[in-house]
Amino acid sequence: MSPPGRAKGEYQSAQREGTPVSLIGASVPRLEDEPLLRGKGRFIDDLHMPGMLEAAFVRSPYAHALVLAIRKDAALAIEGVHAVLVRDDLLPYLRNEYMVVGLPSKDYKQDLNRPALPADEAVHVGQPVAMVIADNRYIAEDAAALVEVDWGPLAAVGDCKAALSADAPKAHRGSPHNLLAEFIMGYGDVDARFAAAKHVFKEQYWQHRGGSHSIECRGTVAVHDGNDGRLTVWTSTQMPHAAQRILCDMLGFDENAVRVVTPDVGGGFGPKLVFYPEDVCVAIGAMIMGRPVKWIEDRLEHFVATTQERDQYWEAEAAVDADGRLLAIRGEVIHDHGAYTARGVNLPYNSAEQIAIGYELPAYRMKVRVALTNKVAVTPVRGAGHPQGVFVMERLLDRIARELKLDRAEVRRRNLVPANKMPYQTGVKSRGGIAIVLDSGDYPRCQEDALVRAGWSDFPPRQAEARKAGRYLGIGIGNFVKGTGRGPFETVTVRIGPSGRILVHTGAAAMGQSTKTMLAQIVCEQLGGDMTNITVVAGDTGTVATGMGGSNSRQAVLAGSSAHTASVKVRNKLIKVASHLLEVGEQDLEIEGRSVLVKGADIKVDFAKVAGAVAGTAGYSLPGGVEPGLEATDSVVIDSMTYANGTAVAEVEVDIETGAVHIVKLVFVHDCGRILHPMIVEGQLLGGIAHGIGNALFEWMRYDDDGQPLCGTLADYLLVTATEMPSIELAHHESPTPLNPLGIKGVGECGVIPIAPAVISAVEDALAPFGARITRTPITPSDIVAMVTPRKT
Amino acid sequence: MKPAPFKYHDPRTLDEVLSLLGSLEDARLLAGGQSLMPMLNMRLAQPLNIIDLNRLEELTYIRLGDEILEIGAMARQRDIEFSDVVRQAFPLMYEAVRHIGHRQTRNRGTIGGSLCHLDPSAELVCVAAAVGATVIVASQSGRREIPFAKFPAGLMTPSIESNEMVIAIRFPIWKSGHGYGFEEFARRHGDFALASAAVLLESDGHRITRARVTVGGIAPQPQTLLAKLEGRSASEALFAEAAESCDALEAMNDLNYTSDYRRHIAKAMVKRALRKAYGRVSKH
Amino acid sequence: MAESRSISLKVNGVSYHEDVEVRMTLADFLRHSLELTGTHIGCEHGVCGACTVLVDGRSVRSCLMLAIQANGREVTTIEGVAPSPTELHPIQQALREHHGLQCGFCTPGVVMTLLEFLKDCPNPTEEEVRVAISGNLCRCTGYQGIVDAVLAVAGGKRA
Repeated sequence: MSPPGRAKGEYQSAQREGTPVSLIGASVPRLEDEPLLRGKGRFIDDLHMPGMLEAAFVRSPYAHALVLAIRKDAALAIEGVHAVLVRDDLLPYLRNEYMVVGLPSKDYKQDLNRPALPADEAVHVGQPVAMVIADNRYIAEDAAALVEVDWGPLAAVGDCKAALSADAPKAHRGSPHNLLAEFIMGYGDVDARFAAAKHVFKEQYWQHRGGSHSIECRGTVAVHDGNDGRLTVWTSTQMPHAAQRILCDMLGFDENAVRVVTPDVGGGFGPKLVFYPEDVCVAIGAMIMGRPVKWIEDRLEHFVATTQERDQYWEAEAAVDADGRLLAIRGEVIHDHGAYTARGVNLPYNSAEQIAIGYELPAYRMKVRVALTNKVAVTPVRGAGHPQGVFVMERLLDRIARELKLDRAEVRRRNLVPANKMPYQTGVKSRGGIAIVLDSGDYPRCQEDALVRAGWSDFPPRQAEARKAGRYLGIGIGNFVKGTGRGPFETVTVRIGPSGRILVHTGAAAMGQSTKTMLAQIVCEQLGGDMTNITVVAGDTGTVATGMGGSNSRQAVLAGSSAHTASVKVRNKLIKVASHLLEVGEQDLEIEGRSVLVKGADIKVDFAKVAGAVAGTAGYSLPGGVEPGLEATDSVVIDSMTYANGTAVAEVEVDIETGAVHIVKLVFVHDCGRILHPMIVEGQLLGGIAHGIGNALFEWMRYDDDGQPLCGTLADYLLVTATEMPSIELAHHESPTPLNPLGIKGVGECGVIPIAPAVISAVEDALAPFGARITRTPITPSDIVAMVTPRKT
Repeated sequence: MKPAPFKYHDPRTLDEVLSLLGSLEDARLLAGGQSLMPMLNMRLAQPLNIIDLNRLEELTYIRLGDEILEIGAMARQRDIEFSDVVRQAFPLMYEAVRHIGHRQTRNRGTIGGSLCHLDPSAELVCVAAAVGATVIVASQSGRREIPFAKFPAGLMTPSIESNEMVIAIRFPIWKSGHGYGFEEFARRHGDFALASAAVLLESDGHRITRARVTVGGIAPQPQTLLAKLEGRSASEALFAEAAESCDALEAMNDLNYTSDYRRHIAKAMVKRALRKAYGRVSKH
Repeated sequence: MAESRSISLKVNGVSYHEDVEVRMTLADFLRHSLELTGTHIGCEHGVCGACTVLVDGRSVRSCLMLAIQANGREVTTIEGVAPSPTELHPIQQALREHHGLQCGFCTPGVVMTLLEFLKDCPNPTEEEVRVAISGNLCRCTGYQGIVDAVLAVAGGKRA
């Protein structure tokens, strides 16, 4: 991989003056690496406790069925089995047996919250109906196989489009219909613009995204302290404070009685931000058993019991003028919600909202219908609905280009929000009602850079040469703008204790995206620059009272901002107290390593001494009349999201004999504002790109029409391996944002977003001689062969 | 995903294995474990007894004879891959074995295990069909030999009795200088082949004098392609014509891949394997 | 009644004598009986490679081996790779320098695969590296950092 290019934007430096070393912007070694490389990580299944028992769940094999009876005797007879718990066993411990988690929206027509264990109806394959607790997982599975369940199969609905037809089976037998929510998003006089438009083009799209398939599945360990009644839950989660809240709500405990601790997490990608039935069952199991209980999800369970993304069916029309400038877009989308609300309608909302972000769009209307199906709930996977909106817009633009005989890049150039209009108020609002304003960025410049790097203008003759030799090369482009740093805040405490060591506690969650290193960089930048003098604890509700956790590419922005402001406060106090201890003016002091030094003199005081001085000595005043302690906690509130952007250009070769698509080269030019750590940023992009390639060519979580999964293992569900990854050229632009003190934007999801449209566009370009039109993602080799094979009469 | 309980037996000699097979109810043989262990872990297989073959030393051999290569059933795929004997005398097998899964699969997987599992995509199964191998089966009553064409009884079912075990496979090998080519198409590196083609050729420099094309992956068993190659001059047009004969082959049909698609890619594999084989054949 | 057998084996050079249930996988034995939790479980059907260890120097998926099959064998796990508590093996060091890990869950399996691979193929091409790690799934890195690390280590090794 060639070293990344850097095109620095102009920005106000948030760096302090006179610093000998800058950690921010440097690819410092990661704090996380050493233990992970040695196999000394502490992931959820690595926790061993005396007396710990293990759980396994009995799950519905039906997409929809009555649970008529559950008999435990055979299971309980196995040696080493301690309990078989069903709903009735849990009820005495549950103040509220349902997980009420839906993000607020006025558009819900039905409240379908997940129960801990269902009373009498299972609504998706994999729904847990009973929990076995045994000495170990082997025995627990033996027992689970012997739990007898009398099922009453019911009609199930598989496809979300079919779910909305009048005679579709009801996903829940008590529901009037399968429409979970419906809303219209838009602005401007859409119909008038369509009526007056020179050209109108209509398309239909089918898009599918699949599961998270972090290499580590889910898991939870619970311990209930019989002496003080406190429940401690370790769980492989992205949102420990949300988990704490839900546990409190369900169990009727207050926050003091429940602590949620996040171990090392082996990837999250979205579904681990959800709180699950298994989690509360394990907690109650620990309470009933009076012993620690552990449940580790296995891969078969992950396919059916962990949330995922699935299908969207789109109809979209674009009205343009003679020059291909967008006048209006309107359409409808049907989104598969699954059987329950495990997060909200944010995902389809994001998809619809995305259409109006990045290009100038005078008028817009999208009707969104969210359909219930008898499948596990749908919640965001990396990208959270934005890839789907980008796909629709980018495919529409390609259609416009083709119809008007314009270069695809030129059509985009004519429609991209230009840099001189920043900050740019779009016509849409975020789900919280906050106006979406594009804060900074030069989208056309990004696109231009990508086109040059990809050799866009040189491509047509290369393509023509190749075609003569019977080879099918294609090139495609995708632009995206992505809201990152979703607020309102993340809490960070920065403290220096009498040991002199810097301690950071945060509600932010780490799942591999280098949260600890990122925070350490920001804090150490203010506090001496020694990254061996810092401990970061993330995701423990016992150490920080509020927090929101990881999602929406938010932690560098929100946690980073709080870390920055909190460490500036600690820095200022260090200097103030040191100036009293050393009897010099504050302006004569600087911080380096673990000490506060007098500039130009060999006089210093260590952090430990300063911290000791404000820890209090009985009967003595604190120096300088300061408050006790050397600590600050901040939760910087930023409601507006900050918008990252980028352009992907993909060159492909399609083998028409097999339908295989080889991505020859991928260029990805990206702007995430000020770059904190170049290697981490690139790692996030490369990882995201792998997910995007999966979405374009490989990942399809198939079900049949009755909601039965057809993919059950990683042999069926294809994750990209090292041999499917193309040569990738990354380049960075930096348009810092004014929305936070560091000028940074999020990056975690960005790599995913433009890949499917760029690759699909390239495949369509390669197959132009066959008149191929691709309106779906993923696309498989069979689809491609069908496109190039003349129909037999 | 943990296996259900079973009784474990680890015999040291072939005779012990055969004795166990003769006396145990509901026993499965555990060779490399790359197919059976996932099934045990997923509880798709729950045999009462597991007979672990991995202590047997006597079945790991690779023996070159007169126009014959005999390989013991417990020879690891990795050892086949790194065997000079195989590479020189039976390069088709060498080329095919390298497509099997990943290094970790081949370090444990055995040829006997692969042949008995009879996965439609199995490379070694396709190769065995390509040369008309003979499967040697043993039981307490003695030995018998099964021509490979008769070895499969049905989808993933070998025609051996529950008290029998495959102990070796005998492969007729082609004359030195023969052309060979193995091609397969899979979604990702190491995945199950959706279609594969194994080609063996001999030529006198002008025409193809001997040819055998075997297509795997598209149907429960490998199929010999009935294409007129012998006596004809090699050319792209000939290869394309031979590939078209795939239209006459049986091909599985399911939601993921239709029979038409499978035949389509089989044609591509046949062409590519023919090209490779002809490029390698000694032309005199 | 669970059937158990006694096994003797070496793990990272240390001898162990343990009773194991015959159906226990090698992966579970390492993780739970020996509390060597560095070997991770990702799929239990032999696809993801997270559980890769070396048995007599050869990489295997420990979820597809029974513990009892390791009787008399020498097993190497991630815990046995670094030469000391203060030094890392060159492969580990290279992964660190090239950001070849993010969440770290697949990393032990990757390291074990690479140990065997680089022994057999000390000077690989990029294509060979990618094929070598194609049996190890990573959902975080996109593999580029791992490939860069391997090429750096291999380039650094001289005959």
